[in-house]
Amino acid sequence: MECVFGMVGKGFALVVADTSAVNSILVHKSNEDKIMVLDSHKLMGASGEAGDRAQFTEYVQKNVSLYQFRNNIPLTTKAAANFMRGELATALRKNPYMVNIVLAGYDKETGPSLYFIDYIATLHKVDKAAFGYGSYFSLAMMDRHYHPDMTVDEAIKLAEQCIEEIRSRLVVAPQNFVIKIVDKDGAREHSWRRTTKD
Amino acid sequence: MARYDRAITVFSPDGHLFQVEYALEAVRKGNAAVGVRGTDTIVLGVEKKSTVKLQDSRSVRKIVSLDDHIALACAGLKADARVLINRARIECQSHRLTVEDPVTVEYITRYIAGLQQKYTQSGGVRPFGLSTLIVGFDPYTGVPSLYQTDPSGTFSAWKANATGRNSNSMREFLEKNYKETSGQETIKLAIRALLEVVESGGKNIEVAVMTKEGLKQLEEAEIDAVVAEIEAEKAAAEAAKKGPAKET
Repeated sequence: MECVFGMVGKGFALVVADTSAVNSILVHKSNEDKIMVLDSHKLMGASGEAGDRAQFTEYVQKNVSLYQFRNNIPLTTKAAANFMRGELATALRKNPYMVNIVLAGYDKETGPSLYFIDYIATLHKVDKAAFGYGSYFSLAMMDRHYHPDMTVDEAIKLAEQCIEEIRSRLVVAPQNFVIKIVDKDGAREHSWRRTTKD
Repeated sequence: MARYDRAITVFSPDGHLFQVEYALEAVRKGNAAVGVRGTDTIVLGVEKKSTVKLQDSRSVRKIVSLDDHIALACAGLKADARVLINRARIECQSHRLTVEDPVTVEYITRYIAGLQQKYTQSGGVRPFGLSTLIVGFDPYTGVPSLYQTDPSGTFSAWKANATGRNSNSMREFLEKNYKETSGQETIKLAIRALLEVVESGGKNIEVAVMTKEGLKQLEEAEIDAVVAEIEAEKAAAEAAKKGPAKET
């Protein structure tokens, strides 16, 4: 029931994720932040096995930091995506990480970019991506309304439409969503869409 | 296979570890490095050899960041430094991963010193030939610290210290002139100490300033400005000494 999706706009990339932490029929909390700020200009929205999600995303974040200290230069989004894919691929035939990731980043030379990274180490560079049952609805919505070079307002409106569709059509829809954005000024939280206070 | 378990660092009859002492000699031959702790600033300064004209000086950074809030300068074998710094950087991130908190200055100093000690008591290896000056702000209390480690693996905290070439003269100067300073005054004190043993000029020293906001490497122009200030103060002090004497 975890929903993560993202899209690229004009000079920015957006990642939206639900904020529910669920165990069978129990909702532990509805303000779990699943979009990790990897470094100043990267966002990583992750869904999947809760333990693997936290472990893998934190491991990637610390390795990205280490790279920066060793080389005095931050990783590009493409490099970070490939590093993640490599780690997932290595673990796949031994002890797979059950995590799906949408990686959004902004590089000065190449602008905004979005990567779809599967739990079986599929890597695609895309304009829009989604994971989970919510993807049936959000991808359909984005296919209909997305166009390249959207403004922030247009993209937020599209994200809201996706969230509305998930809320009305998914049988166990998550209660709250968080929207994070990355552009030339960095990666930051944009806003929340709540139905419950937690 | 050759016997790699044979220890290289062994005791002498009168209780010395000669390999460690020889490593300290290597440090004494290395570039001068100084560290001064202020109330809100910690300054690291290192001597830069200006004879290498064709070298791209940007590729030889002598003061490095270990983490956002920790910096290190060293004197001695620079190749050994690279290995130690790499291990320290990994440990900083590993600590953040396992306990979700940044390292304290004391922790990472203890780690580096522990590593240096291990290499004095292991088979087939020689000690690291460098002393380090580690500075940073405690991430929880905001207190500034300056630590020094040496090839034997000992470490301690200092208000101000120097290592490398002519470290004794620099330390003497610091002992005579140290007082609690902050901001620009701390930078001036560190540069004054370095100028005791290094040829004057911005292109011969590398200076970095650690504040709560992070590490800032000073540009050559900024260093030159402080050096000019120091020279002016020295000249004024000289003139003042001569002036009253003439009147009598």
